[in-house]
Amino acid sequence: MSLLATQGLSRRYGGLSAVDGVDFALDAGEIRTLIGPNGAGKTTLVGMICGRIPASAGRIAFEGADITDLAAWHRVSRGIAYTFQITSVFTRLSCFDNVVLAVQRSRSWARRSLWPGHEAEIAADVMAALERVGLAGRRDTTAGMLSYGHQRLLEVAIGLALRPKLLILDEPTQGLAEDEIVDFCKLVRQIAREATVLLIEHNMAVVMELAARITVMDRGRILAEGTPAEIRADERVRTAYLGT
Amino acid sequence: MTRAASRRALALHLAVLALLFALQFVLPAYHHASLARILVLAAFAVGYNLLMGYTGLLSLGHAMFFAAGLYGAGLTVHHLGFGVPSGFLAGCVAAFLLALAIGAIALRTTGVFFMIVTLMFAQAGFLTALYFNEITRGDEGFVLAAAARVLDIGGQPVALSEPNLRYNLALAIFAACLLVSLVVVRSSFGRTLVAVRENEERTRLLGYNTFLYKLAALALSGAMSGAAGAAYALLFGYVGATFAAIQYSIFPLLWVLLGGVGTTLGPLIGTVLMFYLVDVSSEYTTAYMIVVGAALVLLVMWFPRGILGTVRQRWAPWLP
Repeated sequence: MSLLATQGLSRRYGGLSAVDGVDFALDAGEIRTLIGPNGAGKTTLVGMICGRIPASAGRIAFEGADITDLAAWHRVSRGIAYTFQITSVFTRLSCFDNVVLAVQRSRSWARRSLWPGHEAEIAADVMAALERVGLAGRRDTTAGMLSYGHQRLLEVAIGLALRPKLLILDEPTQGLAEDEIVDFCKLVRQIAREATVLLIEHNMAVVMELAARITVMDRGRILAEGTPAEIRADERVRTAYLGT
Repeated sequence: MTRAASRRALALHLAVLALLFALQFVLPAYHHASLARILVLAAFAVGYNLLMGYTGLLSLGHAMFFAAGLYGAGLTVHHLGFGVPSGFLAGCVAAFLLALAIGAIALRTTGVFFMIVTLMFAQAGFLTALYFNEITRGDEGFVLAAAARVLDIGGQPVALSEPNLRYNLALAIFAACLLVSLVVVRSSFGRTLVAVRENEERTRLLGYNTFLYKLAALALSGAMSGAAGAAYALLFGYVGATFAAIQYSIFPLLWVLLGGVGTTLGPLIGTVLMFYLVDVSSEYTTAYMIVVGAALVLLVMWFPRGILGTVRQRWAPWLP
């Protein structure tokens, strides 16, 4: 059974169809990338999956249950985490405080307030998430003072700390330096051992390196889907996106 | 916050409360009485600050919660013969329920619309107090009989107008509000409120039902404001519609801005300074509000974060 499946999912803004009748499915444990030209509807599609954007039509099922009408915060507790395309960490809070919000959310009220030693446990979880993205040394740095690349990593740490089943990364390598991208790919592979990863990406090197399967969108529809080799060979994808 | 910083913060708060307790033995009668009044108003400011400073919701209608406490206590004692503790409780509950109801409606709006909606509700509350003139005595208000303002302490009835008792009860109310706000601010609940203030959409996508958090913050803030209002009615014995009017929505905003938005001790500092600014300048001129206005302009120009906010930024980042 697929982890996530959408049926006829659409989003219209006035007369414009940003996403138009998309049937999209993800299997548990895969790394999928979503590519396509600007304005193809990628961010709108994942926005509807995580609940930021209400769907105009269609259904979304997660682990077999219909989540179309669930509020965004509720979907997070089901296991869908989203990291923003435009970095939106809490810039005036420290790295630690950014991640702690996600850690305490992944625990019940009793376990984050009453459990003996809850503070130490929570702190350990925060540090573990920061360590995985290599920001442990910056725990007390105000997030707004971090470089852009580090802010992106902090976003990922926040996403990880939510312990999601599905982690959606919206253009995570945008603005990263070459060597940072290499480390980032390693990190995504590690994450994929525990969670399904859906990645919107423009950097084709990253796409080819990471994805087992690629979904190509164009003008609100799914144009093609397949392995990197299949996508590279696809004539329609070439004209629409990859260029000749 | 690290363990050391949090111990230091707790020590500071207890030291401030100890200082306030000690002051009653050295202050001359006039300032002794003023400080009792200030402490009750500062409790109001602490409640306001929870909403504005930590949750980022600017209400222009907190007079309605203060007045709900004031009337909740005053009317039940005056008309229904409630005792002091049950009257106080009635005031707190009235303000708490009002805050829940107003929040359920007003929190559908944000930013400037939230300000307008709360302002409108508070005006409606003020007009309601005037309309039911026969019960509330409207603008003129009513005085709570001294006989009703008696607290039974160990079988011994003591009048609330007795200065020492009044001072210590005011201090107890303030201390309770201050300590609750300190605990809230450092809890996981308080962290979430700050996250809502900083970026509500992001907080929602971290899995928080931000509406419920804002409603809880408003209810707590309203209940504290109501506790202050109820204490005011019982300790000073006067209940009137002035306290439901717009200036009692603006005052807590000014106290908090002056003392430091989003600092636990800022509301106290702001209330003390503003009270004495009005007090001293009104000795020299009837246009004392001009002096207050000028002080606020200077404050916004030089200390946009308020007094404690600036202290925290420059010298003491550990201040909660």
